Amino acid sequence: MLSVKNLQVTAGDREILRGLSLEVKAGEVHAIMGPNGSGKSTLAQVLAGRDTYHVTGGSVDFMGKNLLDMKPEERAREGVFLAFQYPVEIPGVSNMYFMRASVNAVRKHRGMPELDAFDFLETAKKKMGLLQMDAAFRERAVNVGFSGGEKKRNEIFQMAMLEPKLAVLDETDSGLDIDALRIVADGVNALRSPERAVIVVTHYQRLLNYIIPDFVHVLLNGRIVRSGGKELALELDEKGYAWLESEAVPA
Amino acid sequence: MMPTELEITERQELFLSHFRQQEAQLLSSEPAWLTEQRQDAIQSFQDAEFPTTQDEDWRYTNVSPIIQTAFRYEGLGGQSSPESAEISAQAKSIGGDGPVTARLVFVNGHYSEKHSSIGSLPAGVRIGSLRTLLRAKDADGLRVYLGRTLNLRRQAFTSLNAALWQDGAFVLVPQNVALTDPVQLVYLSTAQGAPTAAHSRTLIVAERNAQVTVAETFQAGDDGICFSNAVTEIVAGENAVVDYYHSVRENNRSFHIGLVQAYAGHAAQISALAVSLSGALVRNEVRAVLDAEGADCTLNGLYLAKGVQHVDNHTTIDHAKPHGSSRQVYNGILDGHATAVFNGRVIVRPDAQKTDANQKNRNLLLSADATIDTKPQLEISANDVRCTHGATVGQMDPEALFFLRSRGLQREEAVALLIQAFAGEILDKVKPEGLRHWLEGALRTEFSNASVAGK
Repeated sequence: MLSVKNLQVTAGDREILRGLSLEVKAGEVHAIMGPNGSGKSTLAQVLAGRDTYHVTGGSVDFMGKNLLDMKPEERAREGVFLAFQYPVEIPGVSNMYFMRASVNAVRKHRGMPELDAFDFLETAKKKMGLLQMDAAFRERAVNVGFSGGEKKRNEIFQMAMLEPKLAVLDETDSGLDIDALRIVADGVNALRSPERAVIVVTHYQRLLNYIIPDFVHVLLNGRIVRSGGKELALELDEKGYAWLESEAVPA
Repeated sequence: MMPTELEITERQELFLSHFRQQEAQLLSSEPAWLTEQRQDAIQSFQDAEFPTTQDEDWRYTNVSPIIQTAFRYEGLGGQSSPESAEISAQAKSIGGDGPVTARLVFVNGHYSEKHSSIGSLPAGVRIGSLRTLLRAKDADGLRVYLGRTLNLRRQAFTSLNAALWQDGAFVLVPQNVALTDPVQLVYLSTAQGAPTAAHSRTLIVAERNAQVTVAETFQAGDDGICFSNAVTEIVAGENAVVDYYHSVRENNRSFHIGLVQAYAGHAAQISALAVSLSGALVRNEVRAVLDAEGADCTLNGLYLAKGVQHVDNHTTIDHAKPHGSSRQVYNGILDGHATAVFNGRVIVRPDAQKTDANQKNRNLLLSADATIDTKPQLEISANDVRCTHGATVGQMDPEALFFLRSRGLQREEAVALLIQAFAGEILDKVKPEGLRHWLEGALRTEFSNASVAGK
């Protein structure tokens, strides 16, 4: 589904990703772990098309198409979803108004009929129930006055509504208490299917108790230095990242 | 280029000739007190001279495009040209639909009876064109209010209006009467080939415990050059509530100079919301005097400008007595090479202890070539008060834009949504639903292709 080859990315004159490669197949869940500054969030944002980063080398293929050629909205319509580490507040735009515009933009692109207000509301209610979100969230402005946990749940709600093929979760677990963590994980697990893939970018092993990954990758200094199964996450939790530093030295 | 002094005098001469053109008619058709008012006003106009950018109050607004235009003036005799079908259609739709207490339509300053409708009014309520009411037996009742709160000294445009106003609206709500539906006033300008000036006057009086909503809309009816020089007087008596809207949608070549002069009595509440959608040069000035204890004033505004349009908002809130409160929120959206001015003056007199005043001005610049000059002006002479102000100028938030696009919205859709949201902070305060929807629609039309630098 996703094939990242030798990806090199800079921000300003700073090199962040230095030749990152990653293969993700449909149905798989990949966890990407690493210390602060290793490039985890950059990878997530580059996949979604953030233009503050510059791709200086390598390629990203998504379902046979060059992802790097697409605008952010095209990527979303093709089925890439990024759950933001810091969800953005949009004063004056109601959650439902925004979500309906978004869902219909994606549906239109996929050749599906647009949802009318009634059908949309029914679907939204169901998904919000799943995430234990209060009905009041519908009319509130996007993320304005939401707590950290509410913002993260709102991201997962958007994901559930857009039904992406590839979901990238950027530190969705940070700042969540254990109850919120379970709710978010349930939301992600509900979306798991043989047709979909999930990339979980995280700092902590904890989330992976709830979203069981098929693969765990360690990102250090802009490169994946070690890949393994879910047990690698436990090892990292125990030993930290220092023991892998030697493997991150530029070749 | 600045006009020379000679040119300025010539321009004065043009408007003076408009006055002379109708002087005889004035004497025969209006009560003596009013003719006297007009004669005083034309004298003030002659003394005042048009403002230049040397005047502090006009520093960023150059009125020479107005005073260099040779306007024609349709005097008291009425409209000189027949009405086009287009005008008739517009007269119906401007300002939106929805229930109204009355809808008065004026074309180039003249009352258009056929487009107006006045429903059955509660006892004592007077709504109609000023000129019609001047013919009534109790016309002298107007004398108590009309022009009483205006200061003409060194105010060329206000003086011109006071001398030349052809017609306008009168809304009087007697004590203890509350009108639930808004009074709609529509002022249409139509050049029909020659630049045309209209001077309209609105007088709103809410007596003790009365309540009224009035919405004025000024709009160009065609693409010719028009100048609407409007004065609105609002008098809110003890504990009265006045909710007022001033919307301007002139064309790219037309000018609007509007003054709203409001006077609030004991515990009265006045709210005024000014929306400038378009126009070559638009100046909206709101002056509120809170002249009794516990008076409350809310001034809100939204201004849009693009291309080479210029929009200027000046507010003055004069807290003269204790326990008054006021709040202001003005949002501006500028594109292209547009220029805008916000000047918010708050005066707290020595007597006005426990005043609570705050002011906010936020600007969204969609292009690097747009300019805003924003200035709070606090003049506080009391020591136990709370006054705050803040101004921001910014571009569209790239984070928000990326977020919306990452959810599948096209760049243009995302931009439009963010503009709507920014404007919504003000438009959500528009209580009459029909007017709000009309303004929202106009906003979408005006900014359907905002530039917003970037890819």
